[in-house]
Amino acid sequence: MSRTIACHECDLLHRIGDMPQGASARCVRCGALLYRKKNNSLDRTLAFALTGMMLFILSNTFPFLAFKIEAQVQQTILLTGIRTLFDQGMRTVAVLVLFTIIIVPFLQMAGLLYLLLPLKFDRLPPGLPQVFRFVRWLQPWSMMEVFMLGILVAMVKLMKMATIVPGVAVFSFLALIFIIAAMTAALDHHQVWEKWDELR
Amino acid sequence: MTFIQKTSLNHGLISCHSCHLLCRRNSSAGIMRCPRCGAGMHLRKPYSIQRTWALIISALVFYVPANVLPITTVISLGKAQSDTIMSGVIYFIRTGMWPIALVIFIASVFVPVLKLLILILLLISVQRKSAWRSKDRTRLYRITELVGRWSMVDIFVVTILVALVNLGAMATIHAGPAAFYFSAVVVITMFAAMSFDPRLIWDTEASSHG
Repeated sequence: MSRTIACHECDLLHRIGDMPQGASARCVRCGALLYRKKNNSLDRTLAFALTGMMLFILSNTFPFLAFKIEAQVQQTILLTGIRTLFDQGMRTVAVLVLFTIIIVPFLQMAGLLYLLLPLKFDRLPPGLPQVFRFVRWLQPWSMMEVFMLGILVAMVKLMKMATIVPGVAVFSFLALIFIIAAMTAALDHHQVWEKWDELR
Repeated sequence: MTFIQKTSLNHGLISCHSCHLLCRRNSSAGIMRCPRCGAGMHLRKPYSIQRTWALIISALVFYVPANVLPITTVISLGKAQSDTIMSGVIYFIRTGMWPIALVIFIASVFVPVLKLLILILLLISVQRKSAWRSKDRTRLYRITELVGRWSMVDIFVVTILVALVNLGAMATIHAGPAAFYFSAVVVITMFAAMSFDPRLIWDTEASSHG
């Protein structure tokens, strides 16, 4: 089945025919990625979202980093920094950090679970277009990998001052970054819309 | 050789920016809604140039206090020492940790400036209806969209520092006002990149041949 689409970056019209699994189509004029056909996209995305949810719970409940100077130990969880910022009067910054490293990743995973679990059993979740549009809108605001770089920089900065002990949450957070990246990469949004067209 | 490139613009079609469904354009209705996903449909992002300019100018305004005011204040045994973004970078260079200095410099100084300069270049070239190296300009746009988020790294460093160094009178780190202005710069430039429509780069090409 061939269909016509316009390049989302330069508006040139293309006819895309049947493509083998794993193949990708690029715009002939500007080189933008038009479409990539992915294997078992929806199943894989669902599996990553489920795994991610478990890691998310670990990352937010277990000890994150501990800071030791002589006898004093400062134990933190992921939320501690956000709370401290809030208490210091940096409310906007605290909310932004909360949004980009906790709320957005959670909503992305929860949204995809809400959409893909019923679709797996050929049922339509109510409000699919709105929820899916929202999940895609969230994409650039998920910044966990940037936060990980921030952890590294902060650790180096404090290395001379004290001992820093990474907790369980640091490792589950690192794993979560890879799972979310894999989840985003596995999702073929055309397949969601095809399923929607087929079921509604 | 001149030929008219087939675009949705010159073929009476419209592409949904959200689900990429291609539809026939309906000239009578005010705002068209995508028949598949329900998103409002626009041939080009509305007021793309004006919006992007407005956001760039606000980002430039916020960029000044972000670099001049302190981003952290360390209070240790009654003494307070404030650092700006740049003095933090210099501290890392002095203590020999230049890879970290480089990371902070690239993420906090180089990337925001580069992003603003690229967007300004794109806006001016689009407004002058330039057909100069459209493919490279589209690539520049793609880069600005990808790298913007990494500027948040310094804000995250501050978040972790205030959480860890919270030992009462012995040592405490406070976030400074620059944290607010700098995060505003990051968010505003991200919105600026989103509001720019890269298809405008190619529209001039189609009309100059047609």
